[in-house]
Amino acid sequence: MAEKMDLVPSQRSPAGEAAARSTILQTPLWKVRLQLAWRGFKSNAALFAENKIGLIGLAVIVMFALMAAAYPILINTVWDPNIYDPIIGYDFTQVEQPAPPSPAHLLGTDPLGRDVLSQLMYSAASEFALGVVAALVTVIVATTVGAVSAYFGGAIDTIFMRLADIIIMMPFVTVLIVLSVLFEIRMLHLALIIGILAGFGGDAIVIKSQALTIKVRAYIEAARIAGGSDAHIIFRHIVPNLLPISFLYMMFTVTSAIFSEAVLSFFGLLNIRMSWGLMIHTTSTAGYLLDLQKWWLIFPASIAITMLCAAFYLVGRALDEVVNPRLRKR
Amino acid sequence: MRNYLIKRLAQNVLTFFLFLTIVYFVMDAQPGDFADIYLSNPRLTAEQRQALRASMGLDQPVYVRYVLWLRDFFQGDLGISFSNYPRPVLDVIAERAPRTLTLFLTSTLVSFYLGFSAGKVLAWRRGGLLEYVATVGGVTLYTVFTPWFGLMMIWIFAYSLRLFPLGKFVDPVLWQSAPVDANYVFVRMLLTALISSVLLFIWLLATQKLDPITKRRTRWIGYIVLLAGIVGYWAFFTSGAAIYALDILRHLILPVMTLALISFAGTMLLTRNSMLETLREDYILTAHAKGLPEKVVRDRHAARNAMLPVVTSLVFALAFALDGGVITETIFSWPGMGLTLLNAAQLEDIPMVIGGLVFTGTLALTAHLAADILYAYLDPRIRYS
Repeated sequence: MAEKMDLVPSQRSPAGEAAARSTILQTPLWKVRLQLAWRGFKSNAALFAENKIGLIGLAVIVMFALMAAAYPILINTVWDPNIYDPIIGYDFTQVEQPAPPSPAHLLGTDPLGRDVLSQLMYSAASEFALGVVAALVTVIVATTVGAVSAYFGGAIDTIFMRLADIIIMMPFVTVLIVLSVLFEIRMLHLALIIGILAGFGGDAIVIKSQALTIKVRAYIEAARIAGGSDAHIIFRHIVPNLLPISFLYMMFTVTSAIFSEAVLSFFGLLNIRMSWGLMIHTTSTAGYLLDLQKWWLIFPASIAITMLCAAFYLVGRALDEVVNPRLRKR
Repeated sequence: MRNYLIKRLAQNVLTFFLFLTIVYFVMDAQPGDFADIYLSNPRLTAEQRQALRASMGLDQPVYVRYVLWLRDFFQGDLGISFSNYPRPVLDVIAERAPRTLTLFLTSTLVSFYLGFSAGKVLAWRRGGLLEYVATVGGVTLYTVFTPWFGLMMIWIFAYSLRLFPLGKFVDPVLWQSAPVDANYVFVRMLLTALISSVLLFIWLLATQKLDPITKRRTRWIGYIVLLAGIVGYWAFFTSGAAIYALDILRHLILPVMTLALISFAGTMLLTRNSMLETLREDYILTAHAKGLPEKVVRDRHAARNAMLPVVTSLVFALAFALDGGVITETIFSWPGMGLTLLNAAQLEDIPMVIGGLVFTGTLALTAHLAADILYAYLDPRIRYS
């Protein structure tokens, strides 16, 4: 940008150019951008922290992240892999499986003799990965679809909005159940499917209406007059202004992804090695689903699913107050 | 209004066709073939397989097969269910659909009413502990792991307190000597609910223009007459099915409570947000200045206008309710379409799964249309545009 401000750069000597540049900008451009971003982040964080509920959600997410990070440490140091492996471990020192909680197994063992706490921690990492991949795919798809259909309008707009109508209308889990019968679904496939369905669905409509309000602003017209191509305007002007609201909907996609995966693996329709829903499915197939004396088989996994989904939803709602000023208390 | 309705209906028909097309092409995209399931006999030679495949019409190009499938669909032939062989898919759907419809309609109404009232009250008293508790509690209920929540409800209410039955929809001992079958009772229950809500709606419209005191009296007379009519019909004209209907209602309470509790929070939070925006309008200030009681300002001025975005969101909530219905039917062993879909999925019974999907899609489309009509009725700007 500093170069473009010089009217006739070829007429200056190298020393003259350096002198000209130094009078225009003291600090390098990347440093200025970084400082502006940091200031914006701090004010948004202050707005976020005003609502204690968002902080509770964030605390829960950090707790689960720590759990996920602690698993590799524990399995490599304190825990014996033959006993504590979440998928192929077996504790032969216990007389009866599933064993109740004890000092050796803080949350007991499941009907196949595997430690419940280690399963919980191992799955936390894969749930986060699932959520993040699904959310990223949704953000990419929804932002692109919303921006393109708002910018071009006409037939493209109609097609995408009709598609979105069909997708919102259909119950999510039912569609996933049907897809799991027709195709074999693993964790990564599930994340991609959830991301694509959510991206073309309701999120696209909201982002498109936001993009419509951006499209009519003065700087878009200025960019077009200056000769910006369609792609340039969409990806350099419209999309960066859509990112706050996309980031918000990312949170809700993570909730939906974790919940759908848990429900599908509870029904036994997925091909994955270990997840919270699968822990409850193991309980169900072993016949202990209604046996509430053995609470450690069902409660830890269900409470973990509930807490993580609720945490992301609460963070999403708190972000909603940051992004949408009308909801703030003032 | 008529133009709007015709336009929406035409759009719905188009969407339905689009939906069927997508369903067919997804079904066709599965690796392998229908023939692989029918022809799993290892003693068939390759030529015999080819001949059987041709006789099933599987060697034709995809658009020919699609047209044939559509033709069969509109003649009512959805195939034969593998897991319920030799019953046709449509037969199974016709048997189980009324049960799902009863559960779905009842729980949607209860959850909407609960969410709307809770959100209304919550927005009126802003701030303080109540808001935090309601938000966190509502969100936790919304995101709770549904199978676990259903199990907890069964344990608390059905097992420990013995208030309600443990599951299923009929009590076998009571029904052993029943003169009618379950669908007879279900269909009559649904018709009673439908006709009485239409009559109630007409009655409310007809008594709108009266003055307040006469209106209240006339309306109450109408309610009592309607109630007497329902009781009289069930007592005398249904050949003794009243006690069986009561049994079904008793089995319905716990699933409806579970479904309503998990879906009311969405409506509650949205109503609260919508009310907060409505409370800033000038007419609320005018209503206060006129000296109207708090309840009147809250219900007849603020909530009426705040209801519009909530009804729009009903479309999202319907999909969530249908999902919740599948899971609740599984936990409570309520033998409706959701449980059928799940069993078919676990047994890889593809015709039944496609039939379940089409049923769910049709239900979702119809509910979407009903929500649009309700929205058009509530918002005069749409009616007269």
